[in-house]
Amino acid sequence: MRDLSRRRLLTGSGSLIGAGFLGGCDAPALSRLASPYDWSNGLTFAVQRWLQRHQPLVREFGPEAISAVFPTINTTNPDNPDYQRSKALGFSDWKLPVTGLVTRPGAFSLADLKAMPARTQITLHACEQGWSAIGGWTGVPLAHLLTQVGLRPEARYIVVRSVDGWWDSYDLFDALHPQTLLAYGMNGGALPVAHGAPVRLRVERQLGYKSLKYISAIEAVERVDGLGKGRGSMVAELGFPWYAGI
Amino acid sequence: MEEPGPSLVHRHAAWVRLTHWLNTVAFLALLVSGIAILLALPRLFWGETGANGAPAALDLPLPVKLEQTGWGRSLHFLAAWVLVLNGIVYLIVAFVGGHFARDLVPDRDQLAPGHLAREIADHARLKPARGREALRYNALQKFAYLVVLFVLFPLMVLTGLTMSPGVTAAYPELFALFGGRQSARTLHFLVACLLVLFLVVHVAQVFVGGAGNLMRSMITGRFRVPPETARTFAEPPDA
Repeated sequence: MRDLSRRRLLTGSGSLIGAGFLGGCDAPALSRLASPYDWSNGLTFAVQRWLQRHQPLVREFGPEAISAVFPTINTTNPDNPDYQRSKALGFSDWKLPVTGLVTRPGAFSLADLKAMPARTQITLHACEQGWSAIGGWTGVPLAHLLTQVGLRPEARYIVVRSVDGWWDSYDLFDALHPQTLLAYGMNGGALPVAHGAPVRLRVERQLGYKSLKYISAIEAVERVDGLGKGRGSMVAELGFPWYAGI
Repeated sequence: MEEPGPSLVHRHAAWVRLTHWLNTVAFLALLVSGIAILLALPRLFWGETGANGAPAALDLPLPVKLEQTGWGRSLHFLAAWVLVLNGIVYLIVAFVGGHFARDLVPDRDQLAPGHLAREIADHARLKPARGREALRYNALQKFAYLVVLFVLFPLMVLTGLTMSPGVTAAYPELFALFGGRQSARTLHFLVACLLVLFLVVHVAQVFVGGAGNLMRSMITGRFRVPPETARTFAEPPDA
């Protein structure tokens, strides 16, 4: 209950709290029940949302638990020329556009994000490949940024895009969770390029592939079935479920 | 083909047969997809963390295949739901209907040291039960079934859930129970090996006891009772 009330403060709107949980039937995990896999993934999603109905925080560790080995997979240095130019400038020209169903759309620099209230959390990252590692993440809660731009009541999903072409979507249940961060720091330093500099997402209650690296844009939307192949994320088109709480 | 007669009995209830085969299909799907998932990282660790580049508790002599986890996970979790839901139905019916007390809890006479010694000797000589003894599970068989039902399958489910970031967000106690996410993964593998060992012995015993007769009894329910040995009853050979 502690977490729920905290989120209520963050969002400033009680109606948002039910939105992610009760109105979840158009979530990509439930809206498309074509194959037996869709049914079992949908069942997993529904059961886990119920288990998490009080919005628990995942465990946080002390600095002594930070792993010496934290693998980096998929993109580790985007070859996008704009990204490379920005990297050479220390990301001083980097901007994060936040658009869609918000009352005050804007673009935020790294300095803007760092000026917002920060959260540091040391958590266990679990990869779908089987490995796990503990890392420390510092950033601004996504919920805070969304409050800054004024999420409109009809907004139901947050679409996050990456410079390497990855994209994913999150319902408000996860997007507004206190541990869902836009992280610009790792293990006490700046976020390394291989881990998604300048800013990556942390979605702690799902597998690592939901924690997108190299964030380039955020958009609040009402539905996600019109994006890509309508499965809610890029990896869902490759056979990995949209909901990765497993 | 045996003719219907007094020696052909109704051995297994329909719900036992149905849950048995559903469980079989789910288990084999879990085994195949579990191997596919394991091949992405065929190394086992103890504690919370583990990855390539970190010291492993056990390096399995298996090839690394990173491309199999998509379908592997989908099939694994579909089959896991079938196994769990089927298992819940089985447990409820088995308890309420008396299957456990009647058929799976060892009878008093089966626990006598002399009886157990004879069972062990019979197993060692691959000598199947005959006559009245063939109509109940032997004590070693009952122990094996009870261990699979109440130790190995629950351990598989719980260690599996410990690897779920969604479940452990709500129940972090699971990490404490198994000593961390990678420990749970290692135990998941080891218990799976024990279940495979059970499967091998289980299938081997079907051949020892008469594959045709036992398979029919598990599919149609009808079982031909092997006659007592000729030494005891001078019966004519089967018609």
